[in-house]
Amino acid sequence: MESEHLTFADFLSYISRNQGLLWEYFLQHIMMVAIGLGLAFIVGVPLGILCSKSKWAAKIILFITNILQVVPSLAMLVVLMLWMGLGTTTVMVGLFLYSLNPITRNTYVGLQQVEASYLESGKGIGMSPFQLLVQVRFPLALTYIMSGLRIAAVIAIGVVTIAPLVGGGGLGREIYAGLNSNNSLRIFAGAIPAAVLAIVADVVLGILQRKMDLSKRKSDGAAPSAAKAQKPA
Amino acid sequence: MIVLEHVNKVYENGFHALKDINLEFKKGEITVLIGPSGCGKSTTMKLINALNTPSSGRVLIDGKDISRLNPVELRRNIGYVIQSVGLFPHMNIAKNAGVVPRLKKWDKDKIEQKVNQLLDMVGLDHTTYGTRYPSELSGGQQQRVGVVRALAADPDIILMDEPFSALDPISREQLQDELIRLQQELNKTIIFVTHDMDEAIKIADTIVLMKDGEVIQTGRPDTILRHPANDFVRDFIGSKRLQNESTYEIPLVDEVMITNPVTAFPSRGLAEAIKMMESKRVDSLLIVDRNRQLQGAVSIYRVLDQYGEEGKTVADVMHPVRYSVASGSTLAQAIEIMDSHQLSNLPVVDSNNRFLGLITRGSVVKHLAEVYPTIVPPEQNGEGE
Ligand SMILES: Nc1ncnc2c1ncn2[C@@H]1O[C@H](COP(=O)(O)OP(=O)(O)OP(=O)(O)O)[C@@H](O)[C@H]1O
Ligand SMILES: [Mg+2]
Repeated sequence: MESEHLTFADFLSYISRNQGLLWEYFLQHIMMVAIGLGLAFIVGVPLGILCSKSKWAAKIILFITNILQVVPSLAMLVVLMLWMGLGTTTVMVGLFLYSLNPITRNTYVGLQQVEASYLESGKGIGMSPFQLLVQVRFPLALTYIMSGLRIAAVIAIGVVTIAPLVGGGGLGREIYAGLNSNNSLRIFAGAIPAAVLAIVADVVLGILQRKMDLSKRKSDGAAPSAAKAQKPA
Repeated sequence: MIVLEHVNKVYENGFHALKDINLEFKKGEITVLIGPSGCGKSTTMKLINALNTPSSGRVLIDGKDISRLNPVELRRNIGYVIQSVGLFPHMNIAKNAGVVPRLKKWDKDKIEQKVNQLLDMVGLDHTTYGTRYPSELSGGQQQRVGVVRALAADPDIILMDEPFSALDPISREQLQDELIRLQQELNKTIIFVTHDMDEAIKIADTIVLMKDGEVIQTGRPDTILRHPANDFVRDFIGSKRLQNESTYEIPLVDEVMITNPVTAFPSRGLAEAIKMMESKRVDSLLIVDRNRQLQGAVSIYRVLDQYGEEGKTVADVMHPVRYSVASGSTLAQAIEIMDSHQLSNLPVVDSNNRFLGLITRGSVVKHLAEVYPTIVPPEQNGEGE
């Protein structure tokens, strides 16, 4: 089949004919990413907190998560497959390990960057270390943690397309099917939604990240209410 | 009362920051710690809320050694205000102000009531400012909230580490005034760190002057100004301030006198004298000769009385000036002479008896108004009361 002769209309009609299957792949794709990221979040944030508690812990933990991320994704999935067998679980564990570094590192950096004056006043007015963490450091680290999640999500959405190689589902199925049958329509039908997903995730998480920057928080509609408040006085 | 007993502080790096400090901070007083940068003011202050622990010696609050208390508990009962304010940017003003009572698990309504009352008290209307965030307030307003946060849980002791030094001069003055006003109402034991002598003099009940980890002098501001313990203290206070203090207390007649009073030579005729008094709007003339020796004085009444006799000069009608004061005398001396002899004015003469100027009641009032401009009541503040 010659790709030059394909039109956008062909693409749309392919998609509408295979709607059900593509939708299923799409959901599988999202689910794998979400679970992998969710696990990484649940584990990575406490690891980041641990890092902020001790320099040694930080060195060791960041060293390990760094290595995990440097391993080529295919190699990681293959090694996991040898150990855990084929299947979606293997993919999700791979994504989990992969996402651990950005989330842990950003949590750590976020907690470290909190201004010393907030820490001094928090401690000075009688917050315990735990209260200081929960009430001051963590809220002020949120935007960094979100940024880690965003990086991890974009990477994960890309990496998960190779899931079919270790028996996982998702949009990668469609891409590999296309590659095997030399059918560019199928390749596009898998690759385009995966790309859109990555972009959407990036934008949405980017917005969230900015919303969670509480270091210069403003009351809603501060400007007009301030202007109003000044006039009658 | 807070007592430091033989406190030494040696930091981990071996730096001997405090050397055998013995201090007493009296209940209900503002004690100001002052000294050059790095002399150990903050280190001393942080001993009291256990942000620092002494390497040797003891810190006692109301007789209790604080090393036996739970430091977190202790800090909740001591207000703490720092230079960088440190309001939490993610909490609104009401939340920030109420953070210590919340740590102490006060009742919600009680916290809200207390916070609102205190915000209003420092001039931040709680309905306007309560829901704002720190980034929406000026530096001075933020530090007011910092003070409210320190007061909210009603601690007996408040530590303030250069709380106003990052503010512009006007806000700083305002906050100092407010602190004094609050203190009159609240009677807290306040330890206040500054390196601004004017600030110390203004707010302190007791000043503690430190240098290189040692206490150099302790005393009332007035005592320290009058009797600086050594050259360091004298330098630190500043010669200008010392001099100002003394001249403000006892100004010399030379500063107060008018230097261009209306004078006339003895040979002037009476008509001329009246003309001069009329044009200068005075009721008397001082008669001086060509060597500026004071000959006497004439009043308008004497001149008018003898006006009919043409050919008479002021020398004929003048009365002698019995009292004068030497240049370099104090105003107090001058006033005493004027007072005891019912004089409306008093000439100032130099050592050769040459006439220099005249002290009048008007000139005294004018001088006082210049030196103490604050005794003139400000007009705007009336309606706030
Ligand atoms: N954690 C620390 N470790 C080692 N040395 C310290 C430590 N904290 C303070 N110092 C040193 O102790 C001395 C006193 O410090 P401190 O902060 O009490 O000074 P200060 O009088 O408050 O000065 P400033 O007016 O600059 O705030 C300084 O020389 C400082 O360098
Ligand atoms: Mg200091």
